[in-house]
Amino acid sequence: MAQTEAPAVVATTVATTVAATAVRARPTREEREFLAATAQLTADYAGTIDDDRLEAWPDYFAPECLYRIETREGRASGWPIGLMHCEGLAMLRDRVLAIRHGNVFDPHTYRHVVSLPRFAPGAAPGPAAATGAQAASGTELACARRVLTSFNVTRVMKTGEMTLFAAGTYDDVFVEIDGCLLLQERTVVLDSRNLDTLLVIPI
Amino acid sequence: MNTTARVETDGMFRWPAEGLARVPFRVYNDPQIAEAEQRLLFRGETWNLVCLDLEVAEPGQYRTNWIGETPVIVVRDPACAIRVFVNRCAHRGSMLCLEQHGRAENFTCMYHNWVYGLDGKLQSIAFKRGVRGQGGMPAEFDITQHGLRELRVDTIRNLVFATFSDTLPPARDWFGPRMVWSLERFFHKPIRLIGGYTQILPNNWKLYSENVRDSYHASLLHTFFATFGLNRLSMDGAVEVNEAGGSHLSWSKMATDDAEGTDYASGGLRSMRDLAIEDRRILKTWPEFDDGITHMIQTLFPNVFLQQIQNTLAVRLLVPKTIDSSELQWWVFAYEDDTPEQTRMRLMQSNLVGPAGLVSLEDGFIGNAVQRTTRGDQGHGAVVEMGGHGVGTERQSRVSEAAVRGFWQQWRGLMGF
Repeated sequence: MAQTEAPAVVATTVATTVAATAVRARPTREEREFLAATAQLTADYAGTIDDDRLEAWPDYFAPECLYRIETREGRASGWPIGLMHCEGLAMLRDRVLAIRHGNVFDPHTYRHVVSLPRFAPGAAPGPAAATGAQAASGTELACARRVLTSFNVTRVMKTGEMTLFAAGTYDDVFVEIDGCLLLQERTVVLDSRNLDTLLVIPI
Repeated sequence: MNTTARVETDGMFRWPAEGLARVPFRVYNDPQIAEAEQRLLFRGETWNLVCLDLEVAEPGQYRTNWIGETPVIVVRDPACAIRVFVNRCAHRGSMLCLEQHGRAENFTCMYHNWVYGLDGKLQSIAFKRGVRGQGGMPAEFDITQHGLRELRVDTIRNLVFATFSDTLPPARDWFGPRMVWSLERFFHKPIRLIGGYTQILPNNWKLYSENVRDSYHASLLHTFFATFGLNRLSMDGAVEVNEAGGSHLSWSKMATDDAEGTDYASGGLRSMRDLAIEDRRILKTWPEFDDGITHMIQTLFPNVFLQQIQNTLAVRLLVPKTIDSSELQWWVFAYEDDTPEQTRMRLMQSNLVGPAGLVSLEDGFIGNAVQRTTRGDQGHGAVVEMGGHGVGTERQSRVSEAAVRGFWQQWRGLMGF
């Protein structure tokens, strides 16, 4: 018995090491639940825009939010100026008001297709990085991490013409306020520096 | 004006008898006219913007771009001179540089390894002597005769121009003193890039070129300020057209709106529909120049645009792509000595301008609104009579199409219409 048990212990140790390495690269259960919640938020967010319910668009953001559209080139170059830069809910509401009453453009809608979310590459922050007065829960730890979600946006003109309008990544920071997951920051990073015609409806 | 037609058309095209007060719609749609523009304008007697000098700051740094449909390389050579070459191998015509920006010690064609120095001279040819003494180029083949096509280069402050012409006067003389005055004002101290993107415009390049020269449309098409009751008193201004006609300045001095103590802040100014924006940080400005000018729109014939709209500063270059599509390259810039507060105000104001600009985004599609109605409609033309029939400087009112007429004056002169 002893002779057969000893190799089994060794084998278990090896398996545990492999599993632990794999687990570090993969999200924990709490992280998976957090990512699923962000995926749900982004799906609802995209649907809100695609259904032309823009007045509800600011509802996905925290009060002290940042919404920004920039290009991958601009980010790599460290350029402060992108295509759109809104700080706080009032600026988001102003955008919607301008779309409804202030701007003139060919009528169109979007159709977003979004990917599953993933954490931005890089080490997960330790408990010290988590904010909030409560003891660091799994959700708070996850909230401190940037989440990336890929998207495609098809622009559909009222005339019927459809164009692939944008491809890129949402680079997000989430916050939980009163049990409600909200966007603290959403930076829309467009893959291309080319933008067709004009950008009026948020992505 | 040279009235000798230099353009091969079907013989049916004639400029209307009304002169500059009419623009025949055919100029936006005729492929023969578009082909002639490449030859007579972009590869002809014009200075073309190719980049900003800080994109090629150091020896070996290059930037590629387009002069009309011709690809070019702009490079700083080892002696620190800026050179411009056609981006095309002299052998079989393959594009040499595929990247928009880069550094190079030489330009090597990927197709057959022909190597050019940063002076454009052909340095070596792969298998020039053949393989093991067999084949190779003919003995009389002279590599000194097969360099890159080099263009004349001139700069005005940060702007780098090139021309295919051997005879065009220097850029400062060609644009004229008033245009140069404005460029020296824009670039009166060191700048840095703070943004950039390319806007694809679904229209002929001349429709956008007219739009920027047309200060009549500004308060009518762009309804953001009027809708939200943010119209500000314009105290002084002018539309100035250069002697050739194709380049212009439109400037104004507006009362600054830093929200504090204005009618807007006190609720005294309201739009007709009682709409108001909530967050006024996007409107906060500071006087950028001592001369009191808050808005300066400048065009340089044929396809360059500069803007000072309050504290948003940009250079735009419009590259014609097809007869009904063009690419508008934007360089958004600031000054090196900006304070953090100034950079922040530029960031907030950036929401007002550009392809997503609350005030100006309409410019992205209005050219297409004309383009789509004028195809095949060759018997008609645009009426361009606001402010009279002339191209002279307008001090009385900026509700004028004088600079649009000026554009067509220079265009017709070069095209021979």
